[in-house]
Amino acid sequence: MQRSNIYILVFSAIMTVLIGGAMSLTSVILKPAQDKQVELDTKKKILGAVMDISTFDKPEEILNLYKARVKSVVVDIEGEIIATDDKGNPLIAEKVNAQKNHKIDREERLYPIYMILNELDPNVVEAYVFPMFGLGLWDWISGYVALESDLNTVKGVAFDHKGETPGLGARITEEKVRNRYKENKKIFSDAGNLESITMVKGEGITGLSMHEVDGLSGATITAKGVNKMLKEYLGCYQNFIMNTRGQNGIAIN
Amino acid sequence: MSAEETVVEKELKVEKKPAEPFLSKRRKNIVTDPLSDDNPITIQVLGICSALAVTVKLEPTLVMSIAVVFVIVFANLIISLMRNLIPGRIRIIVQLAVVATLVTLVSEFLKAYSYDMYKVLGAYVGLIITNCIVMGRLEAFAMANKPYDSILDGLGSGFGYAWIILTVAFFRELLGSGSIFDFKIFEAIGWTTFPTNGLMVDSIGAFVVLGILIWIQRSKSGYVEH
Repeated sequence: MQRSNIYILVFSAIMTVLIGGAMSLTSVILKPAQDKQVELDTKKKILGAVMDISTFDKPEEILNLYKARVKSVVVDIEGEIIATDDKGNPLIAEKVNAQKNHKIDREERLYPIYMILNELDPNVVEAYVFPMFGLGLWDWISGYVALESDLNTVKGVAFDHKGETPGLGARITEEKVRNRYKENKKIFSDAGNLESITMVKGEGITGLSMHEVDGLSGATITAKGVNKMLKEYLGCYQNFIMNTRGQNGIAIN
Repeated sequence: MSAEETVVEKELKVEKKPAEPFLSKRRKNIVTDPLSDDNPITIQVLGICSALAVTVKLEPTLVMSIAVVFVIVFANLIISLMRNLIPGRIRIIVQLAVVATLVTLVSEFLKAYSYDMYKVLGAYVGLIITNCIVMGRLEAFAMANKPYDSILDGLGSGFGYAWIILTVAFFRELLGSGSIFDFKIFEAIGWTTFPTNGLMVDSIGAFVVLGILIWIQRSKSGYVEH
């Protein structure tokens, strides 16, 4: 049946208001739950890079563990701790938006660092977790790389992504793939140069060096993105790593 | 397109009868036809893109199936309730708006309550909007039928879609990853050297499995493309 133009306009207007209203309402109602999920997810990844947290069922347990064991700081490219932002407000590492941060010049970026404290002696740092950000095949990827207290050996990694293909690039979040970084891989060469860790092309490759891990079959571009991200960000954290190694009396050869 | 047109004609011929039984033969057929004889994927060949994309593993496929059934049922219901109010000239955009709203709801709820699944399915939930099955049912059925029948139609098409993609996912995960719902089935029975097939993890694997499914079904039903 043919309706008048006025009817169509009014109908469209009402639809727009109704749907727009419903969408905004949902967004407002679900925002707290979503924020909590994102916060929990971030903390899970930071802890997950260092230890096995799959035994924790309740979100509270993870949040409490995080509170007890993690100390965070923000540093600049020189490795100096920055305490406040431009407006003088205290900087909180967890609140640094990795995506926005990535877009600015690497010299200007904020670099959050999470220190995992010893369970018995909170003055001893067991591991350092470095958040990073980069691009995969379809969209952004992010990572948390944990180094042992020698700031050379990889203790573990955790990756996240927005739109990598399930079963292909998205496998970077799987434990099996993440465990490949744990096989005594080192970011510095014996001569002391920053080598980073490279995921090789192809899968099931043996005889890898201490700077290489097995690749992802069918997801070479995602793997390349991961490699680029690690190389870039480890470079950005290099000053902090060197300073801390110096302070801790770890030989820099 | 001929298959699509005959479907439309068939459904327009359905006559309204007063006080029809709650589950009459006609209504049962609305639900059961899309499950096999008029399956949206294998017969109408709609919604192929998502059938290829999400079926690498069973778990995301299951969530995708539930999401599609939810969207198709409620979109059918809402459009059917509004069918006499919707101006013909803008009906497609109205349908699209309703579908997009429901899909956004699913996506937001997943983000709030099942964040891990939200990350796995990522873009694909959003792509339900472009799933031809949903729009196809709205245009072909819900615009011309009563709400209750439309719900049944949505359930039929939704489950018709769901069982096909779950079957495809079953074979792809079994042969591609050697597991079922992430449970390593071959390792559990002691066959640790099971050679997983990389082809199955690729979209090509979905084409192969889907092709075989269509072949089996059509050779049984005798359906031929005109």
